[in-house]
Amino acid sequence: MAVDLPMIWAFLIAFAVFAYVVMDGFDLGIGILFPSLRAGKERDTAMNSVAPVWDGNETWLVLGGGGLFAAFPLAYAVVLPALYGPIIAMLLGLVFRGVAFEFRWRDPAHRPLWDMAFACGSVIAALAQGVTLGALLQGITVHGRSFGGGAFDWLTPFCLLAGVSLVIGYALLGSTWLLMKTEGDLREKARRMSFRFAIGTMACIAAVSLATPLLDPIYVQRWFAWPNVLYTAQVPLLVTIGAVAYFRALMRGAEQAPFFIALCLFGLSYVGLGISMYPDVVPGRITIWEAASPPSSQLFMLVGAGILIPIILAYTGYAYWVFRGKVGAEGYH
Amino acid sequence: MSSLLGIDALELARAQFGFTVAFHIIFPAFSIGLASYLAVLEGLWLATGREAFLNLFRYWLKIFAIAFAMGVVSGIVMSYQFGTNWSVFSDKTGPVLGPLMAYEVLSAFFLEAGFLGVMLFGMNKVGKTLHFVATLAVAFGTLFSAFWILSVNSWMQTPAGYGISPGGQYVPADWWAIVFNPSFPYRLVHMVLAAYLTTALVVGATAAWHLLRSRSNAEVRIMFSMAMWMFAIVAPIQILAGDMHGLNTLEHQPAKVMAMEGHFQSHPDGAPLLLFGLPDQEAGKVDYAVEIPKLSSLILKHDLDAPLAGLDTVPRKNWPPVAIVFWSFRVMVGLGFLMLGLGVASLFARWRGSLYTSRWLHRFALAMGPAGFAAVLAGWITTEVGRQPFTVYGLLRTVESASPLQAPAVGASLLSFVLIYFIVFGMGVLYILHLMARAPNEAETGPEEGAPIRAAGVTPAAAISRRAAR
Ligand code: HDD
Ligand code: HEM
Ligand code: HEM
Repeated sequence: MAVDLPMIWAFLIAFAVFAYVVMDGFDLGIGILFPSLRAGKERDTAMNSVAPVWDGNETWLVLGGGGLFAAFPLAYAVVLPALYGPIIAMLLGLVFRGVAFEFRWRDPAHRPLWDMAFACGSVIAALAQGVTLGALLQGITVHGRSFGGGAFDWLTPFCLLAGVSLVIGYALLGSTWLLMKTEGDLREKARRMSFRFAIGTMACIAAVSLATPLLDPIYVQRWFAWPNVLYTAQVPLLVTIGAVAYFRALMRGAEQAPFFIALCLFGLSYVGLGISMYPDVVPGRITIWEAASPPSSQLFMLVGAGILIPIILAYTGYAYWVFRGKVGAEGYH
Repeated sequence: MSSLLGIDALELARAQFGFTVAFHIIFPAFSIGLASYLAVLEGLWLATGREAFLNLFRYWLKIFAIAFAMGVVSGIVMSYQFGTNWSVFSDKTGPVLGPLMAYEVLSAFFLEAGFLGVMLFGMNKVGKTLHFVATLAVAFGTLFSAFWILSVNSWMQTPAGYGISPGGQYVPADWWAIVFNPSFPYRLVHMVLAAYLTTALVVGATAAWHLLRSRSNAEVRIMFSMAMWMFAIVAPIQILAGDMHGLNTLEHQPAKVMAMEGHFQSHPDGAPLLLFGLPDQEAGKVDYAVEIPKLSSLILKHDLDAPLAGLDTVPRKNWPPVAIVFWSFRVMVGLGFLMLGLGVASLFARWRGSLYTSRWLHRFALAMGPAGFAAVLAGWITTEVGRQPFTVYGLLRTVESASPLQAPAVGASLLSFVLIYFIVFGMGVLYILHLMARAPNEAETGPEEGAPIRAAGVTPAAAISRRAAR
């Protein structure tokens, strides 16, 4: 059997995007929670807990975008103009956020200003990513080989629901991260937030899951056709189990488990998204095979990716390993 | 096509791309050079054991961290601009250019990100040798990045090794020919030298500023002397490289050279070199031209009487905007010769023994501080505007490359980019100037003053420095 290169690349890009979502998710989450932290020690601690890793996290976004351009240029060319508004907003949000990290320490006189830039940048970036996802699911108008819709096609209740959901979901990742990484008052605050945002996240997962099949009969087909439903039904089942496990862990006073269970919930939602989309890159319009660049392009890249991605994963893992444990106000102990 | 205040979406998209990439290139031009400079300083320190080199290393490291961070955030914007604003271009060139950019992410960006942390904070933790390895890794990362992105850009200037699919996409036929396309080696050499000169000009100007205010400690003298050697040696090489680059362009993109030279008419027996003049695109002539007879033929063909074709041999619809190319080229070359002048002046002062005392030399060096950035921008404008009206030279027109967007959308995003870039990067540049205004002192600390400032990278920098501090 011939190797299905577009399949491999679809998985690789999905992996890069997921790596981005979970890794940048919790540090965007810290930004989203920032206004509710007290200026001074609390904020410094929260910032320190992600300072060493945020930028490596963002490189996965560049890989996701670059990979899409290289492996599925047609999809890249259709999706980005369709989502022009949210994507530009996301990029500008990331600019503010990225430099705030740096400038906050350089310029104590304007620290409150950079704190605000950090929080706003994070919320905007998260909201824009959620809207992007929603717009993709909702469907993109395609004419020939390009986008054929209007500038505000993404401005619908469903997309906004997806946007707000992602903000809440990232806030959950951020609060469980703080629960794991901090001590004292801040940890207790994080615990309370982890409870509230978990309820919010569950509600959002439910709302998006119920709204998606209404968008297009194709989603009903992908989820409920016999015998696939035997497999797809596992996803909501596992989400329910995860939710129960999450709250039990939180009640028990666990500090690490909630973060990892929250990651699992994200993973399950992501699998759900995959079920809705597969085998399309632009749902209902363009399949991965239609969008794929020729085999010579995909093969040429696969050689590099095969060698380099494991190395990258190794040193990323090492970085997180060194940073395990609690963080204090002045940095890691 | 829709328009906003009479400007159509295409013009706005071009303005936006030009603006964001021009801002972006300022930071890489500086960080490519500075990364290599830091590696040299650390190498010298390891070899000689002189504390002054370590102090200098630490001094510039703090500045590097800020410049690098701004390079990263402005770069992330660039990687999405292709899709948002130039979607047709992306669809058609993705199979060829996408993999090159993917290699850039995998081989360069992750490498830089991975080792920057060790470089910034890890000196005591990982030991001198390993730390030096990290510094070298970052320096190579920036060079790899330049390698891939310049290969991409050069392919757009001189496409090679491709076929055309039934769907109208350019598809790879020969990867070697694609990566090493005809103009790539010249562009790579010219751009890397440009980055080195740019950095040396900033280092030299910083040193000159402190020399003028008589804060001439050993560190200041060392950096001044090193920068001056750069101009004396690299400026002439750059002029040579630029000349060869131009000959290569003449072969592959003749219309661009005609625009640079202001040659609207063909010259069958020896073309003049226009020093100045006002190109008039409509009329197809240069007003108030000041010219040296036959010199252009000598430079481009190494023969006084060699015939040179002019834009009159090219259909008007394929003309680049002549005035912009003509002038930006002159700005770059003029600045290149000024850099050479600075190099020669420094050799003279060195010979006279007045390198550290000659105030006019210091003033000259100070004034030249921003010249590298100006020359880099002028050079890119020559290259990119000279490629017009194509995005992929001879194959794909700029009008056919753009996304199907409405002018108000592009206009609004352009306005946001302009506002936010000026505010955010303006502040960053101020912080850098602030650091440079302070002379390097004897016990220069690393960047880890109290707070874990983080530029980029996945390495556990703060933990390392904290443990090392104990
Ligand atoms: C000759 C050098 C050069 C040129 C012409 C460009 N870049 Fe660049 N870029 C670099 C040299 C560089 C660099 C030196 O490697 C940077 C600067 C700071 C950094 O982190 O890497 C960088 C950063 C950088 C980043 C952030 C990387 C990260 O997350 O770590 C991205 C996504 C891009 N660039 C993308 C682009 C695109 C799409 C360009 C073309 C339009 C471009 N660059 C032109
Ligand atoms: C980094 C320094 C660079 C500068 C200062 C620069 C500058 C410019 C400018 C001024 C334009 C507008 C030209 C016009 O419309 O008349 C332009 C266009 C363009 N450049 Fe560059 N450029 C740079 C690097 C690059 C690189 C590295 C690439 C590719 C990887 C690139 C790709 C393009 C594309 C696709 C356009 C299309 C828009 C157009 O042609 O108008 N540029 N650039
Ligand atoms: C004085 C002698 C110089 C000559 C004859 C020269 C020649 C050229 C030519 C012909 C091009 C356009 C190539 C093309 O697009 O086909 C170019 C581009 C460029 N030049 Fe120069 N140059 C000189 C000095 C400099 C200096 C001093 C710098 C910066 C410090 C510089 C930076 C650049 C850059 C960044 C580009 C665009 C990238 C590229 O195409 O390589 N040049 N130069």
